[in-house]
Order: sequence, then C-alpha cells, then structure tokens
Amino acid sequence: MIRTVALATLLATPAYAGEIWVTNEKDDTVSVISTETLEVIKTYETGERPRGITFSKDYSRVYICASDSDAVQVMDPATGKILHDLPSGEDPEQFVLHPNDRHLYIANEDDAITTVVDTETRKVIAQIDVGVEPEGMAVSPDGKVAITTSETTNMAHWIDTETQKLFANTLVDSRPRHAEFVKGGSEMWVSSEIGGTVTVFDRDTQAEKGKISFEVQGVHPDRVQPVGFEFTAGDTHAFVALGPSNHVAVVNADTYEVEDYILVGRRVWHMAFNEDRSQLFTTNGVSGDVTVIDVASRKPVKTIKVGRFPWGAAYRPAS
Amino acid sequence: MSPYLTSLRAIVLREALRFVHQRERFVAALVRPLVWLLVFAAGFRAALGLSIIPPYQTYITYETYIVPGLCGMILLFNGMQSSLSLVYDREMGSMKLLLTSPLPRGWLLFCKIVGSTGISILQVYVFLAIAAGFDITIPPMGYVAVLPALLVAGIMLGALGLVLSSFVKQLENFAGVMNFVIFPMFFLSSALYPLWKMAESSTLLHDICALNPFTHAVELIRFALYGQLNLTALAWTVASAAVFTALALWGYAPARSGIGRKR
Repeated sequence: MIRTVALATLLATPAYAGEIWVTNEKDDTVSVISTETLEVIKTYETGERPRGITFSKDYSRVYICASDSDAVQVMDPATGKILHDLPSGEDPEQFVLHPNDRHLYIANEDDAITTVVDTETRKVIAQIDVGVEPEGMAVSPDGKVAITTSETTNMAHWIDTETQKLFANTLVDSRPRHAEFVKGGSEMWVSSEIGGTVTVFDRDTQAEKGKISFEVQGVHPDRVQPVGFEFTAGDTHAFVALGPSNHVAVVNADTYEVEDYILVGRRVWHMAFNEDRSQLFTTNGVSGDVTVIDVASRKPVKTIKVGRFPWGAAYRPAS
Repeated sequence: MSPYLTSLRAIVLREALRFVHQRERFVAALVRPLVWLLVFAAGFRAALGLSIIPPYQTYITYETYIVPGLCGMILLFNGMQSSLSLVYDREMGSMKLLLTSPLPRGWLLFCKIVGSTGISILQVYVFLAIAAGFDITIPPMGYVAVLPALLVAGIMLGALGLVLSSFVKQLENFAGVMNFVIFPMFFLSSALYPLWKMAESSTLLHDICALNPFTHAVELIRFALYGQLNLTALAWTVASAAVFTALALWGYAPARSGIGRKR
C-alpha cells in the first residue's frame, strides 16, 4: 500500500525538469541552468556577442544571434556543437521563429532592415526596410503578421508575412525594445525603454488600446526602463523587466495595472519561464546573474551566477 | 513541587506580571524596532541590493536585511531593561528578599534570565508578525527555526544585563549604561549594515564589529530565520553567554555583591 502511494506520488510529481539557456553577451557563451537544481550545469561557447536565443519547435536546434559575428548560429542543444551558421544580415540582435518553425525574422540593428531567413534552405528570402536600429521582433500566433520595433525611429513596423511588406507603422514611446502578441494574437504589446512605458495595440486596427507606466519606490524614474516581458499561463499577467531599476513589474493584462514589483539583479533584461510557468528566470546584465522568481508568490527565490552580461533566455525540456 | 521549580515559577510569574501590568512598556519596546523598520529602512530601501551574502540566496531589500538585527535589538534592550529592574529591585529592597532564598544564586539568576528572555521572544514574534503585515516575510520554516536562536541570544544578552546590574549600583547611573553599552553594541554590529560594507569604510571598525558578541547573536538569528545554522555565530554566542554568566555569578557572589552586607 505504502509502495503504491509512494509510486503514485512519484508519478504525480510533474516531470517539469528542464533547462534555461542564457546567452552571455560579454563571455561569448551560453549558460545552461537546470530548472530543478537551479544551478548552472553546462556552459557552451558561441560566436561573438550572443544575444537573442530561441529553440526550434521540437527543441532539436537552438538558434543564437551572434551579433558581432554577423551570424545566426544553429547549435545542437544535446552536444553544444555549432552545426552551421545562417545568413543573417549585419549585427543580428533579436529574432523570432515563425510558427511554421522554418522562417526566422531577424532584426539587423546596424542596417535598419529585417531579414527573413529560411532555416532549411539557409537562404535569405526577404529583406524589409524598417526604421533605424530595429530590435524587438514578434510574429502573431497565426503567422500572418510580424512586428519589428525600431529603437531610434520609435515605431512598431507591421509586416505582412505573405508579401513580406510593411502594411502599417505605429508610433510608440522612446526606444522600443521588445514586442509580443498576446491573447491569441488579438493584442500586441511593445515596451519602450526610455519612454518608460509599455504600449498595447489592437491587432486588427493597429490602434493604441492602452499604455502602462511604472513607478518603483525609491528608484529614480529615469532608471525605470521596461525591456523584455513575458506572460503567465492564460495571458492573465505580464512580467515586465525594468532594466536598471533592478525590478520586475507584474502587470494585470486585463486592467493594465501594475500589481507588484519584484527585486532582482542589476539591469534586468529578458526572461524565460519554465515549462509550467511556475518559475521565471530573469537575466541581470550588469550583475551577471539570473534571478529565479516564484510566479505564484511573486517572490525572488534564488539568484544564480552565470557569465558576464547575460542577455537572452529560452526554455528547453530536459532531454 | 521542588523548591527549584517553585522559585522558577515565582520569578517567571513575576516577570510575566510585570509585563502584563506594564503594557505600555511592551508597546514601547515594539515601537523602537518598528520605527527602524518602517521609517529608517524605507529611506535606505535601495541602498543594499548590490551583493548577495549568505544566508540570502537572492537580492534583498534593506527592510529584509535589518529584520534579524531588529529582533536582536528587542532582545538587547529587554536584557538591559531587565537589568535595570534588578537595580531598581536592589534599591527597593526586594532583591534582598530574593537573594536570601536558600537556593543557589546561580539558579535564581538563571530563573530571572529565563523569565525576561521569554517575554522578549514573545515581543520578537509580535514584531515579526507586524513585519509580515507589511510584506516583509521570511520562509515559513524560519519562524520555527529562529526560536532556539532567540533563546540562546536572549540568554546571552540577559546574562550581560546581569553583569551590568551587578556593577551599576544606582538607578541614575543607568543612562551611562545605555550610552556606553547598548548603543555601541547595536551600532558596531551587523544589525544595520553587513560587515563587508563596514570593511569598505574601515577595517578597524569591521574588526571591532566581528568581535562584538551582539554581531554573532544577530547572525545566529539571521541564519536561523532562513533555516540555516551558523556554527561560528552559535559558538561565539554560547561562549559569550558562558563568560557573562560567570561574571554575573562573580558579581552577585554574596561576598562581593554587598547584599546582606552593610553598604
């Protein structure tokens, strides 16, 4: 009887063990963190200045923007070996994988273009002129719309993925950094680092639906700079990284109100959830570490040392 | 009931009665750490958060940092308060009554410490509860794990109070004790700032802090609040408690204390 119960408990324990992959901008490496032990278990070398990171749908390949190597590298996550490079245009900073698991939309910061690369043929299939210093990238869940935000032009550029042409440009606050489609693709959120806001757009009309401002107690407003953000299960809440304010804000995604601020490391940049979205991993650039937040209690649990200037983060289930 | 237990009961009951009758004192003792926590710490909110030191596993706010120090503050002030009451007892003559009991003085003094430490611990828990109300929390297990640490730290500081009371003969001199013992002990410790921060400004100050038994009492409480045992801090606290107890016993020795002798 005891054995049965023990076995049942064991089986009922969610097998959520996985890994968080973090790119270290200054170390030219990725650190792999176990979501179970919350320790760095592996470190792999990459090209120069790795920033954006994302996995293919089946997690068999990991794409890494090696910005200063002017390439998107494709790595085998099982061995850490670089399989090949993809043509990416100059200085790729961030990218997003189209839901077709094949097309990468890459922001080329220095060239003011968005490059679309076919990961199978390894060929550039389109280059789209966008604003100056493009950075944030997003694709709608239905794959029909891609977004590029440009840091200097302060715009979100709406791209029709069928024609690979811009069909709308919307102004946002100063220095947009990150974009994301939510609520089944009906809303599009953009964070503005210098403006200190997150703007919410209606996808169909491209009209502004709401704007979120932040205020961290004891921190000068200039240092409150929203960058990366991630949504909890069901898109009910957004966790917004506030850069050098060293805090992550918890925003109610329905009322657009900030409910909490969580203290993390210095210059928090991007984030990734574990599989069941019970833990959030934030990359803290200046302090060179990753803070683990317990999503339910909204409390930081542990901070893990990684390489210098961690930037991007992505989840992969353990092999 | 054995006379030992009778005396323990009587002395602890007397402490408890004093506590019940002086509710203002209880409130006043809580106001002090709360002012530190809610006013002082608020101003320094962003001052820390730059380094992770054990037992913490992530970045913390200043409020979180000073909670163990303020628990120590409650124990320290109460230890002193209880020694103050002994000086008062001496002046009023009730101490003479107590010490003429046939039981060993060591036992009587121990009962006294147990009584006052018990009250202090109660105050610490009320303080922690109020802090939790302001969302300054510690892991749930920490609230249990801290109990033995509070007991050891409380006994050490209570013994220190006894030592002082055996040397301070008059109530009026007590202000001196405040200035020369409590404040340096509190400020030259890790209660308000971590020792590495101290070392940045002066290594001498850092070394003084590292020798201060109150630092180790605070660190013992700090680690216990996070379910960890700091053996160095425990050893220092226990050793200090032993030294202070020995001194107190010597201070209250019939031949020395002046009790029963013409002053």
